[in-house]
Amino acid sequence: MSSVGVQAAITQAHYEEWARVVAALTRRFGDLDIAEEAAAEAFATAVQRWPADGVPPNPGGWLTTTASRKAVDRIRRENKRDDKQKEAQMLSGDDPPEPLGAIEDERLRLIFTCCHPALAMETRVALTLRMVGGLTVPEIARAFLVPETTVGQRITRAKSKIKAARIPYRVPSAEDLPARVSGVLAVLFLVFNEGYLATGPGTDPVRHDLTAEAIRLTRLIRALIPHDGEVAGLLALMLLIEARRAARVSASGELVTLDKQDRSAWDAALIAEGHRLVRERLAARVAPGRYQILAAINAVHTSAAGMRDTDWSQVVALYDQLVRLDPSPVIALNRAIAVAELDGPEVALAVLDRLDEKLAGYHAYHAARADLLRRLGRRQKSRAAYDKAIELAGNTAETAFLTRRRDQLG
Amino acid sequence: MQYLVSVIDDTAGLATPEEMAAIDVFNDRLQAEGHWVFAAGLAVPSSATVIDNRGGEAMFTDGPFVESKEFLAGFWIMEAADLDVALKLAAEGSKACNRKVEVRPVL
Repeated sequence: MSSVGVQAAITQAHYEEWARVVAALTRRFGDLDIAEEAAAEAFATAVQRWPADGVPPNPGGWLTTTASRKAVDRIRRENKRDDKQKEAQMLSGDDPPEPLGAIEDERLRLIFTCCHPALAMETRVALTLRMVGGLTVPEIARAFLVPETTVGQRITRAKSKIKAARIPYRVPSAEDLPARVSGVLAVLFLVFNEGYLATGPGTDPVRHDLTAEAIRLTRLIRALIPHDGEVAGLLALMLLIEARRAARVSASGELVTLDKQDRSAWDAALIAEGHRLVRERLAARVAPGRYQILAAINAVHTSAAGMRDTDWSQVVALYDQLVRLDPSPVIALNRAIAVAELDGPEVALAVLDRLDEKLAGYHAYHAARADLLRRLGRRQKSRAAYDKAIELAGNTAETAFLTRRRDQLG
Repeated sequence: MQYLVSVIDDTAGLATPEEMAAIDVFNDRLQAEGHWVFAAGLAVPSSATVIDNRGGEAMFTDGPFVESKEFLAGFWIMEAADLDVALKLAAEGSKACNRKVEVRPVL
């Protein structure tokens, strides 16, 4: 095989097998730290050996075996073999996990442990990207614009808390599953959003690496828990947002709002897949959760040929449903933006005024107000709202868009 | 494995009769299900004395070792298979005593 072919095989093995290797080793040795280090060593060994020896017929098996050997070496080196094996038995848990249909996958245990509610959200994100996603510490640090040492410390502390407090390595019981799955989805949605609306001056407005990783991990969860409606909903939501990526930022790096987007630049395959998932959830006839409703809203948008063809009454009805599940002011803001299309800017503005107290520090609130005031011809008030939105916005494409809109007020 | 469940209080009052009754019910359950190790309520922080005998002569200081708005009002030591079990029990304990609690593994 050519060196390019070997390189591609290693990349693919990393993409497909990393989480499986870490999960299998965590199960065997009961220690995330040992599993992570041994998995990294096994991939490093592959980089050295595969170009000369050739790619093994079963790369995943080769990597797991090599990693296990590395782990045993380390345990011997540390001369703590007995202790570690004792810990291994402790951490792997005595009780078997509740069966989840036919599919039981080690990776699921890994995901639930990394997204445990006893860990801080930023820690869950870093740990999941490292252990399940296989991103390196420098990659995670770059993605979230924090120093490498911070990410390293978060992961190290999390691993020692998991061990010291005995956070179990298992799939939660059926009774706890919905709450725990929603904790996992919150982590993935946060990763996706950071990619979709990247913050910080000088960063790319859309971080495709993060949105792609979030989608990949959500697909994995979907494969592992196929009957969970919210998992399907989140995947559909991400796909329908991702489908519009190319049309969302102009060549000059400015945000393009929905009404101005070139809909022919939307990714038809992703939209078709997202719509399929939404239809699947509708057919299930189970009360939808928030991700399913958000996906349905995005399905309405991606079904329309243009802004005017959009079924705004359907969008508002879906937001009404969402408000009942989640009465947060941000949802109310998004509902108001849809109301503006259905009932006009005057009505929407009255709704926004009632949210002022709660959303005064949120850039999207001021951006929405500025737009409504502009449409109503109240230039001075609109300008003040744009100023406030620009001051609070963190995304470079959004700042560029808001600045141009403000300057066009004349 | 054992966990220390500390009861964090930020009010001046002791547990009310209703809270005491709920704590008793919870304690009975801990004992019946094999989670009970020990539990106690503590007197007010101002009744504490700090002792430092590292220097050869014991020094006594009036008052708790740290002055803060929140203080330790009592604790449980529970036996639990893992943190998931401990967190569930602690959540019920928090409800019973009507206060925040902190879970920490015992070495």
